[in-house]
Amino acid sequence: MELTVNGKPAKIDGNDALNITSLLDALKVEQAEYVTVELNGEILEREAFDATLVKSGDAVEFLYFMGGGRK
Amino acid sequence: MLTEEQIERYSRHIMLKEVGGKGQKKLFDSKVMIIGAGGLGSPIALYLAAAGVGTIGIADADAVDLSNLQRQIAHHTKDIGVPKVNSAREKMTAMNPDVQVNTYQTWVSAENIADIIGEYDFVIDGTDNFAAKFLINDACVLTGKPYSHGGILQFDGQTITVKPGESACYRCIFPTPPPKDAIPTCSRAGVIGVLPGVIGTLQATEAVKFILGKGELLTNRLLTYNALRMKFREVPIKKNPRCPVCGENPTITTIQDELDALNVCDLEKQG
Repeated sequence: MELTVNGKPAKIDGNDALNITSLLDALKVEQAEYVTVELNGEILEREAFDATLVKSGDAVEFLYFMGGGRK
Repeated sequence: MLTEEQIERYSRHIMLKEVGGKGQKKLFDSKVMIIGAGGLGSPIALYLAAAGVGTIGIADADAVDLSNLQRQIAHHTKDIGVPKVNSAREKMTAMNPDVQVNTYQTWVSAENIADIIGEYDFVIDGTDNFAAKFLINDACVLTGKPYSHGGILQFDGQTITVKPGESACYRCIFPTPPPKDAIPTCSRAGVIGVLPGVIGTLQATEAVKFILGKGELLTNRLLTYNALRMKFREVPIKKNPRCPVCGENPTITTIQDELDALNVCDLEKQG
């Protein structure tokens, strides 16, 4: 499956049906518990991660909290 | 009317057709509130003062610490121990005595934020923690105040401008702060010193453009920056109908503190 992840092409091995939770896992997304996922321009609810499937050609953005420079 | 000295001071502005004498007068008549007088707040405060924004508010309860000086360029070595708002005001008025600087030596909270931002035309989030970021977003959205969000971490930065009611807000992207009971890793803590300069300067640019009414604001797009790869990216963001503060069925209708929002990096300090 070929996706666009954060603006870059990404290839995922295996079958076509992959939910967001598995995608986060497959791409080894850092701090997956805090990431906001945008699929084809729509922000997904965290509760929808299991039920939402990605397919070839989809564009996915992983958006992170950025707090600040406090040590 | 601008004095001859002001015409000279702002001449490089005035010669821009997007600014002119009229725009410079607009800047002088405008009021911008900066929340946070640290890494982001420093360049924002200095550039807005230099630009001749007539009234600038700046809020921060903290005093200058030695470890701030690597990036918080409004503060000098002699200022260690001095309240950041006083240190910032000193540099701003030394640079431009035309500017009125209002200091608020306090942390913003649900109790005081509406009063603090009330008289200003535009608000800039230069804070370093999630409780403040969510509070500023909610207060600005609920009182209809346009503002610029900025966030930095390590080598990454992000910024977006919010026009309440018209464009996506911070909660459209991040509905809730990181949960307090989950223990995040702090491997992403720390910040390269120039980073708040880049993001803060972008935020100051948005304030100036907003006041002038020129150009296109950074609305409905999250601008992200990575200093290591020297890459800017724009992520299109839509207003989220499920947004808890500006969506169709908002659950946040009054300004409240996010008690569950713990600064991810405070955990390291405590641990």
